[in-house]
Amino acid sequence: MAVGVRTQDLRKVFNSPPPAAAAGIGARGNAKGSKQPKSQITALDGLSLEVKPGEIFGLLGPNGAGKSTTVGILTTRVRSTSGQAWIGDHDVWKEQAVVKYLIGVVPQRPNLDFSLTAREILIFHAAYFGIGSKQRNDRADALLEKFKLTDRAHQMVRGFSGGMMQRLSIARAMMHDPQILFLDEPSAGLDPQTRILLWEIIREYNQAGKTILLTTHYMEEADALCNRLAIVDHGRVIAIGTPGELKSSIPGGYLLRLKFAGMPAGLLERLQSLAGVSEVRAVDSTGVDVYSDRGGSLIAEVAAVAASAGADLSDVHISEPSLENLFLHHTGRSLRD
Amino acid sequence: MNWKTFFAMLARDAHVARRNAMQLLFQTFLQPLLFVFIFGRVMVGSGYMPATYKSLLLPGIMAISMVFTGIWAVAMPLIAEFQWTREIEDRLLAPIDIRWIAVEKVVAGMIQALAAGIVVIPLAWLVLRPGVEIHVYQPFAFVAIVLLVAAFSACGGLALGCSMNQQHIGLMFSMVITPMIFFGCAYYPWSALKTFPIMQKAVLINPLVYASEGLRGTLVPQFPHLPLAAVLVMLTLFDVVFLALGLRQFDRKAIS
Repeated sequence: MAVGVRTQDLRKVFNSPPPAAAAGIGARGNAKGSKQPKSQITALDGLSLEVKPGEIFGLLGPNGAGKSTTVGILTTRVRSTSGQAWIGDHDVWKEQAVVKYLIGVVPQRPNLDFSLTAREILIFHAAYFGIGSKQRNDRADALLEKFKLTDRAHQMVRGFSGGMMQRLSIARAMMHDPQILFLDEPSAGLDPQTRILLWEIIREYNQAGKTILLTTHYMEEADALCNRLAIVDHGRVIAIGTPGELKSSIPGGYLLRLKFAGMPAGLLERLQSLAGVSEVRAVDSTGVDVYSDRGGSLIAEVAAVAASAGADLSDVHISEPSLENLFLHHTGRSLRD
Repeated sequence: MNWKTFFAMLARDAHVARRNAMQLLFQTFLQPLLFVFIFGRVMVGSGYMPATYKSLLLPGIMAISMVFTGIWAVAMPLIAEFQWTREIEDRLLAPIDIRWIAVEKVVAGMIQALAAGIVVIPLAWLVLRPGVEIHVYQPFAFVAIVLLVAAFSACGGLALGCSMNQQHIGLMFSMVITPMIFFGCAYYPWSALKTFPIMQKAVLINPLVYASEGLRGTLVPQFPHLPLAAVLVMLTLFDVVFLALGLRQFDRKAIS
């Protein structure tokens, strides 16, 4: 039976810089130069979400949004400052051993046991879960085959490429047949072919009735793979829904990013009055974001308005309805900022 | 408590130890054997040391081998596995309370320390003979001391391994290991320090002193040594303190 995931008001304040692999938020503390002392970083700020049994759920957000910390808490590896997390009906912190049977974890950075060969890694992992000798040998061979690692089965993993380590990490996470698979930035650093193989594997595992929770900062991945998504920023969920719902929640859908050499008064109002425009926002002294239900056909009218207002239009960028626009709409920042 | 997981982790450590057997052997026995050869054979043979020194030296060498094997066997893998590769993560995600993972490391370290202690006796005896007179006069006390020494070295390794990073290993040697060896009463009995009264008191914080003196008291009681009761009490105390400290540090390192 498929198992769901739930969190309520998760908060996490790191008193020391978190280990990058577990939390992945070091960059934020440094780059933003936050008001808090450097030693205190708020990674999660009241994060609540519910993942339904059997769905592929994505946590989408920029680096430092709190995605990895959320995964860390849900997989017993990070202790939350407050709030609660459940895997199925089990409190993650209080019933760790039960929870660990239910979850499989693919970390952001491979953490394979360097003292073992690829096959031994799988075998010992299954042994930790009390799986009998014959069954774990059979399963290891099947997974090595599936992940195209059979010819490297008896090699130490130290010399493996990033993609091979990633594949082996996923195989390891599947060894004990967990009900929920956590994948933290699974396609970071993978070549396009391997990424497609990875997506196939994730879909196939999901079709076997398993729940998948993955984090990503790739729009395409979230869009292509996930049944539902939560957009996370600054340790909070800012939007949640299916990719379609989320995209249609953006006013207009299309986003025109305009640049002007100078911005005379009244320009924004005149842009707002154009047919199909749902929202106009000044980004800075020269930039304007226009949300509308049409893209290219609006340009001529925008140019005409600009000319008549005496504003010199210097740049136009049109984006189609996308999660990128959604993120921009909610945060005023691009995902890749 | 999930014993299947516990023993699977122990099997993993045994597997890795077997794979690195040669390296482990040299690491454990080369230094003590060289020491035994120089001090027990060369210095005694040339008359700079009395012949009885051979018997005095052997329990000390056994203590050093056990203590440093135990510390090394636990601390070094932990330092490596907690580094940025986070290799220990697959065991932290195994279905068992994570403190048992620390206990498993201690048990694995104890086994290696015991093996080192058992092997060093015939090896040293081969190098030193003739003229070594050791007997196990008090088998129960001997077994108890050997077990307690193995335990405190492995627990100490846990505490050290979870308290420092790779870049501090060199510092650990010069600040912890080296003074511990020289002030550990392994090469001389504790009573030999009586001309340095302050130092004689100060070295009592060094657990190696009780290991050396305890083994001396049970193997070669003809030499002066600390009372065995005091040795047993102090070794037990070090076991408890190091285990508590080690578990706390492990927890801190494992959970963010």
